[in-house]
Amino acid sequence: MDIAFIDNVLFATVRTATPLLLVALGVMISERSGVLNLGQEGMVLVGAALAFIAAYVTGNMGWGIIAGAFAGMLVSVLFAFIALSLMANQVATGLALTIFGTGLSAFVGADYVGQSIAGLSPISIPLLSSIPFIGKAFFAQDIMVYLSFCLFGGLWWLMRATRLGLIIRSVGENPEAAHALGYPVRKIRYCAVLFGGAMAGLAGAYLSLAYTPMWSEGIAAGRGWIALALVVFASWRANRVLFGAWLFGFASILHLLLQGYGYAISPNLLAMLPYLVTIIVLVIMMQRKQGGSDAPRSLGRPFSPSR
Amino acid sequence: MRLELLGLSKRYPGCVANDAVSLKVEAGEIHAILGENGAGKSTLMKMIYGVVKPDEGQMLWNNKEVEIKGPAHARQLGMGMVFQHFSLFETLTVAENIALYLDPSELGSMAALRQHIEQVANEYGLAINPDRKVGSLSVGEQQRVEIIRCLIQDIQLLILDEPTAVLTPAEAEHLIKVLKQLAAKGCSILFISHKLHEVNALCDRATVLRAGKVTGSCVPRDTSPAEMARLMLGDGLTLTKAFEPGPSGDVLLQLKDIEVPPTDHFAIHLRQLNLSLRRGEIIGLAGVAGNGQDELVDLLNGELSATKGQVLLAGEPIQRLGVQQRRHKGMAVVPADRIGRGAVATMSLSENNLLTGCITHGAKAGLIDWKVVSARAERIISHYKVKTSGKTEMAGSLSGGNLQKFILGREIEQAPQVLVCFHPTWGVDVGAANLIHQQLIKLRDQGAAILLLSEDLDELYLLSDRLGALCAGQLSPVAPKSEVSLERLGQWMAGQFDAQHDKETCHAD
Repeated sequence: MDIAFIDNVLFATVRTATPLLLVALGVMISERSGVLNLGQEGMVLVGAALAFIAAYVTGNMGWGIIAGAFAGMLVSVLFAFIALSLMANQVATGLALTIFGTGLSAFVGADYVGQSIAGLSPISIPLLSSIPFIGKAFFAQDIMVYLSFCLFGGLWWLMRATRLGLIIRSVGENPEAAHALGYPVRKIRYCAVLFGGAMAGLAGAYLSLAYTPMWSEGIAAGRGWIALALVVFASWRANRVLFGAWLFGFASILHLLLQGYGYAISPNLLAMLPYLVTIIVLVIMMQRKQGGSDAPRSLGRPFSPSR
Repeated sequence: MRLELLGLSKRYPGCVANDAVSLKVEAGEIHAILGENGAGKSTLMKMIYGVVKPDEGQMLWNNKEVEIKGPAHARQLGMGMVFQHFSLFETLTVAENIALYLDPSELGSMAALRQHIEQVANEYGLAINPDRKVGSLSVGEQQRVEIIRCLIQDIQLLILDEPTAVLTPAEAEHLIKVLKQLAAKGCSILFISHKLHEVNALCDRATVLRAGKVTGSCVPRDTSPAEMARLMLGDGLTLTKAFEPGPSGDVLLQLKDIEVPPTDHFAIHLRQLNLSLRRGEIIGLAGVAGNGQDELVDLLNGELSATKGQVLLAGEPIQRLGVQQRRHKGMAVVPADRIGRGAVATMSLSENNLLTGCITHGAKAGLIDWKVVSARAERIISHYKVKTSGKTEMAGSLSGGNLQKFILGREIEQAPQVLVCFHPTWGVDVGAANLIHQQLIKLRDQGAAILLLSEDLDELYLLSDRLGALCAGQLSPVAPKSEVSLERLGQWMAGQFDAQHDKETCHAD
């Protein structure tokens, strides 16, 4: 096992982790504000389809990324309206959104199946990218990976050190009290949901523009769902979300490697590996923490300011 | 004039919460709002503070007409409010909770805020650690956080919704001192309370509400508590005298050398508990909140298990039995926490009745007989004067006191052999408390044994046959009421158990 090999494994790990990280950070914010949106998978798919179409039609990757994020956000507006304004059950609304997003993305993407684009090209940062082991993984990626790093850093800081982060947490913890203090609970939740939608859309854009630069039905392959689980097991903390995403990425690569080395294990069983490993490790981490769960107390509970 | 209300009204579907309420509060005045549960006091306070918008009426603030757009606006004007159900965020720290309350422009660094909190805390003697998570604080400490949160700004009006209902006598006394100190500085105070002697001791003026209307006002200093109660209730009800102790029989519930180690950092270690509760008697246990009452109730209910010692029900060890099994054997527990422990907020009163009632009635072979269940719920509602739109109303939409009446009714109606009740009249108005007291005595006279945990000393002296106190997880001696002076009980509550008790514990060793 030489340096270049490890370089490549880490490089692929970070790439695989990126879409998961993007969705999960969005989920984290919306759940911290108390909204449980199970429509992640649908939003990722719509984001992926529209990002691909926009990039294909305009020939410009930038427009693709923007279209992906925007599409995810638009779909989340639907969720926000039904779940927050009409106060429908969030679980049912989210599930419906996933089904809706799956169908919508298949419909708008139908004509683009089998088309291909060049894909996002990596940008190597001079010097840094030649650091052994980690250089390639962290400094020779494409623009969206860098964007995901920035978003991670920004959100980690937001939730940890800013007043806005505190307000988001307070809304998810006790919306009645936040309302009594004069915070616009519904507006904050709307913003959090829309942000989550944009993040899911970005994850979709990464899948169809960079990870596998093409559109095919169901390209999200359950990443929306695993992100939802990841956030729970990561106790709604950004650093653990990042760790979990990388773990998932690494296990995904591991399963390819194991297959490549010809281990006599069914590839279908190996394909379960990333999901299993990620969940088991995070569950163990969660167990070790004392004092109960950090779940936002009002997660999934509708709030009406007029009460 | 600090605050003047002119004809404020608020209607909800099916009820008028406030009907043309007018009142005046001068600068530096401590003004009490009196009224039964459901009289509309909380709604009125919420309208003043901008949480609820009035349907009609005018409000003058420092002689100028204002329309409060929301709580943030009210705060800007210089109002602060301490809610009945605290508006705190349990998973956040004290400092974070206070930071959320402040305007971004007033909020400097967290370090500066911490200093400011400690400064205010010292000034008023409200000790608090700014870095503790609010969820880990006792109820009294949480209220401190709410008060500090208001005082950290310069305020001109402080609204307190039943502030002493959750406090121990010592804490309540301290709060009264703090409020007097504040009023002396010119801050007006609106004070909702059920405890008439407190209103007497503290307030300059009182306005009485009944069914959403102002039915009178008085100067508490010149008015006896009995008279104020009459104004509130309107039916000439008088405060009851102490009940006579009844004849007691054989031991029904016995604790022998109980030892319960704490389950987390904030739990109290119960040590060397010995207690014999006899048929036909009420033992009252006093104690400052957080001295093991929660743990004792959990232990008796079967939620906590002792590492040492025995719990005997009519001579039979029950420490290994679960909650339901104990109930089948005739134990009933009324927890302090009405929503969450005592009732399910989103279930109807009928269904809530069935939760524990199914043991004695309404369910056969796993099938529910709704006729019986409904009839029982209706009986409890009418018998215990629960103010509700009917048996199908959700438990969560009842006011605290009304729900308490229902829960107590539910347990008493099952005619338990042993009843453990924790704060039976917490937040309950005078009329309903009276009723609850009479029902408890009736149950005792029927031969039940009752363990009463309360922080209301009047109630303890009123009901108990024997009295004791819990302090730091240890039990004082339990002696007949006539032998326990208020002073002695106070010493017990502070952990100064006398020599006689020392002998007893030595004996137990």
